[in-house]
Amino acid sequence: MHYTRWQIAMILTVCAIGILFTLPNALSPAEIASWPLQRQIHLGLDLKGGTYLLMEVDLKSVEHDRLESSLDTVRNKLRTLDVGYTNLEVRDDAIRLQLRDPGQAAEIGRQLRDALSDDPNSSDYAVTTTPDGSIALNLTEASLRLRATQAIDQSIEIVRRRIDETGVIEPQIARQGPDRILIQLPGIQDPQRLKELLGKTAKMTFRLLSPEPIPANGRPLPGTDIFPAENETALDGKPRLYLVRKRIEVDGADLTDARAGLNQQTGEWVVNFAFNGQGARRFGQVTEQNVGKPFAIVLDNKVISAPVIREPITGGRGQISGRFTAASANDLAILLRAGALPAPLKIIEERSVGPDLGADSIRAGIYACVIGMLLVMGFMVLAYGLFGGFAALALVINLALILGALSLLQATLTLPGIVGILLTIGMSVDANVLINERIREETKKGRTPLGAMQVGFSRAMGTILDANLTTLIKMMILFFVATGPVQGFAVTISIGILTSMFTAIVFVRMLMATWLRHTRPKMLPV
Amino acid sequence: MWRFRLVPDNTRIQFMKGRIAGLVVSAVLSTLSLLAFFVWPGLNYGIDFKGGIIMEIRTPGPADFGKLRSTLEALHLDAVGLQQFGSPEDVMIRLGKQPGGDSAQQAAVTAVRAALDKDFPGTQVRRVDAVGGTVSAELFEKGLLALGLALGAMLIYIWFRFEWQFGVGAVATLVLDMTKIVGFYAAFQLQFNLTAVVAILTIMGYSINDKVVVYDRVRENLRLYKGMPLRELIDLSINETLNRTIATSMTVFLATLPLAVIGGEALRDFAIVLLVGIVVGTSSSIFIAAPILLFLGQRALRPGVAARAAVSEPAQ
Repeated sequence: MHYTRWQIAMILTVCAIGILFTLPNALSPAEIASWPLQRQIHLGLDLKGGTYLLMEVDLKSVEHDRLESSLDTVRNKLRTLDVGYTNLEVRDDAIRLQLRDPGQAAEIGRQLRDALSDDPNSSDYAVTTTPDGSIALNLTEASLRLRATQAIDQSIEIVRRRIDETGVIEPQIARQGPDRILIQLPGIQDPQRLKELLGKTAKMTFRLLSPEPIPANGRPLPGTDIFPAENETALDGKPRLYLVRKRIEVDGADLTDARAGLNQQTGEWVVNFAFNGQGARRFGQVTEQNVGKPFAIVLDNKVISAPVIREPITGGRGQISGRFTAASANDLAILLRAGALPAPLKIIEERSVGPDLGADSIRAGIYACVIGMLLVMGFMVLAYGLFGGFAALALVINLALILGALSLLQATLTLPGIVGILLTIGMSVDANVLINERIREETKKGRTPLGAMQVGFSRAMGTILDANLTTLIKMMILFFVATGPVQGFAVTISIGILTSMFTAIVFVRMLMATWLRHTRPKMLPV
Repeated sequence: MWRFRLVPDNTRIQFMKGRIAGLVVSAVLSTLSLLAFFVWPGLNYGIDFKGGIIMEIRTPGPADFGKLRSTLEALHLDAVGLQQFGSPEDVMIRLGKQPGGDSAQQAAVTAVRAALDKDFPGTQVRRVDAVGGTVSAELFEKGLLALGLALGAMLIYIWFRFEWQFGVGAVATLVLDMTKIVGFYAAFQLQFNLTAVVAILTIMGYSINDKVVVYDRVRENLRLYKGMPLRELIDLSINETLNRTIATSMTVFLATLPLAVIGGEALRDFAIVLLVGIVVGTSSSIFIAAPILLFLGQRALRPGVAARAAVSEPAQ
C-alpha cells in the first residue's frame, strides 16, 4: 500500500485528462473555437433529432431488367441462325423458349449464350436444355453478385446526390448487408419529402403516343403500354390514361441538366432540361419526323405530360410543363439531375425523432444520471463513512473519464447510452463495496489497518475481475449483434467498466494509502 | 462509529434450511412464467419484433381523442391504438403491421401524417418508428442470438473459473431467472422490444456477478474450513457476503430508480423490469444457485464430511 510521488502524479494526471476531455462538451460553439481540445461527444439521432432510414434495393428487378434487355439480342440471334421457335419470354428468372426442332437444342443454346456475352471465356449466362427442345438462359451466380454490387454502389451514389441536392447537413449514407442502404439524416424531423425523393426510381423516357384509342378491355395493344397521368384526371375523377408506345425514343440518362423555372408566357412552373450530344441528336430526329403528333414524357410508368410536337427541337433543350407547383417542379429537377436509380428502393425501417423530443430525452437522461449518482454517493457515505466518500469521489472521476473517453473516441451517445452510464454508476461501486466489506471483515478478525487493507484489496480483486469480465463479454456480444442506438448502450457500459477498474480500484486505493500514511489510525473507519 | 447496515454483522441465517421452499417457490414462479409465455396471455411483442408503427404526436391543445379516433378510423388502417402519455397534449398512436409488405408501413405513415395535417393543423409529429416485416423478423433472430450467445459465454466462463458444479448451478439459475423476467413481461403485458433484450442481458450480467461473489466465497471457505460440512459452509458463505449482496443491490436499485420515475414512457418499463430483475437475481443466488451447488457438490466437493453432515443433521 505504498505509492511514490510519481505514481500519484500519474494517477492524478489520468483523472485530469479525463476532465479536460469532458469540458469541451459543456462549451457553446462560440467558446469552443478558442479551446485547445475541440472533440465533443456526438449525439445520436434519438437525442439530436433526425431520421434513420433503412432501404432495400430490389435486386430481383435488377435481374429482371437484365433478362428483359437481353431478350432482343436473343431474338436477333435466332433470326440470323434462322431457326424456328415459340414462346420466347422471360419467366421464372430465365429467358425461355421452345425450339421447333428439339435436336438442335444443345447447339442453339450454346450459340445463344455466346451471343449474350462479350467475353467468350466468362459468360454472364448459363444455359439449360431439355430433350424436348426447350432452352432456358439464366444469369450465373457470379454475374448476379457482380450486378447486385454495381446496383447498390450506383444506388448509394444516386441517393447521395439526391440528398445533397436538398441541402441536408452531414447525411450519412452507408451500405449495410448485401442489399441495403442505411441513411441517417440529422436534424430532419419530417422526412416526408426526402422519402418521396428517395422512393422514386426516376426513370424518365420520351416516347410517342399511340394514335389508337385505349382498348375498352383495358389491355394494351401489342407494342404499347397503358400509363396513368401523374397530375391529370379524367372525367370520372380517376387519373387520365394514355396509350404509350413501348419503344423508347430518348432516354432520361441522356439529360445533362434540369432546372425548375417559371414559364414567362403562362406563368406556370416548368422544368427546363438539356440533353447531351447523343440525346440532342435523337431528340432532334424524333421531333422532326413527328411534327403535329403528341409524345409522352414518362417518369416511372406515369405520364408527366403529353404535349403535341409543334416544331422540331434541335438545340438539345426543352421544357416540361406538367401542372407543377414550385416544390414539385424543383423535386423533379433534382431527380432528373441526380439520375435514375438502377432498381427501385423501398424503405423497410424508419425511425425519426423530432429535435425537441430529443432535447427532452437529454434533459430526462441528465436528471436521472445526476439524481441516481447523488443517491448512490449518499448511500456509500452512509454505509462506509470515509471509505464510502472515497468511492463517491471515484464515481465522479469515473463519470468524467467515461465522458472524456466518449469525446476522445468521438463516439455517438444515444439514449440507451445514457442508461448505460447510469447503470455503470450503480454497478461500478460494487468493486468498492466488495473491497470495503472485506476490509471490514479483516479488521474484525484483528488485522492491523494496513494488513486489513492489503488483504481486502487482494482478496476482492479476483471477484471484481470476474464480475467485470463477464459483463464485458456480454456487452461485446450485444455490440456485434445489435444495431443503432442499442449499440450505444454496449459502448458506454464497456467504457464504464474499463474506467471503473481504474477509478474504483487504483484511484481509491491511492486515496486510502495516502490517507493511511498521513493519519496512521489505530482503527479503520469502515 | 455508526454505519448504515441493513444486516447486522453477526447474522447467521440458515438459508439452506429453506432450500426446498426456495426451489419450490422458484419452480412455481418459473412454471407460471412459462404458462404466461406459451399459453396465456403471451408476450406483447413491440414493433421491433412484430413490425408496425408508433407515432408520438403533440397536439396544439389538449388532445381530442374522439376526433383523433374518427380521423384515424377513416383511413381504414389495421389495428389502430391511441394512448395518452405524459401531458394531455401528448398522444401515442400505435398501428399494427399493415398488410401488404414493407411498403405498406410507409404508405400508412404518410396517410396518418396527411390526415393529421388536415384535421389537426399545428400538430407536431415528434417521433415515428415504422418497422417492416423483414426487419422485425431479423431483429427477433438477432435478439435471440444475443441472449443465446451471452448464456453460452457465461457457461464457458464459469466453467473455466470454477468446478463444473458451479457452472451448472450458475447457468441453471440464470435460465430460471430469465424465464421469470420473460414471465413478468408477459403477465404485465409490457412491450417486448429490443430494450427488453437489453434489460434481460443486463439482469443476466447482474445476476451472474452475484453468483460469482457467493461462489468465490464458497470456494475460499472450502480451502479454509476443511472439516466443515458443505451445508454449513454454504450458509456461512452466504451470510458473509450478505452485506455486500444487499449493498450492491441497493446501489443498482438507487441508480435505476430515477429512470423509473422521470425516464419517460420507454425507459420506465425498462427501469421497472431492471428493478424486478435485481430482486430476482439477488434472491436466486441464495435460494437457487446455492442449493443446486449443495445437491451437486455434496459428494464431489466434500467427500469426507458428507457422512458426518448426515449424522449431525437431525431428521426433519
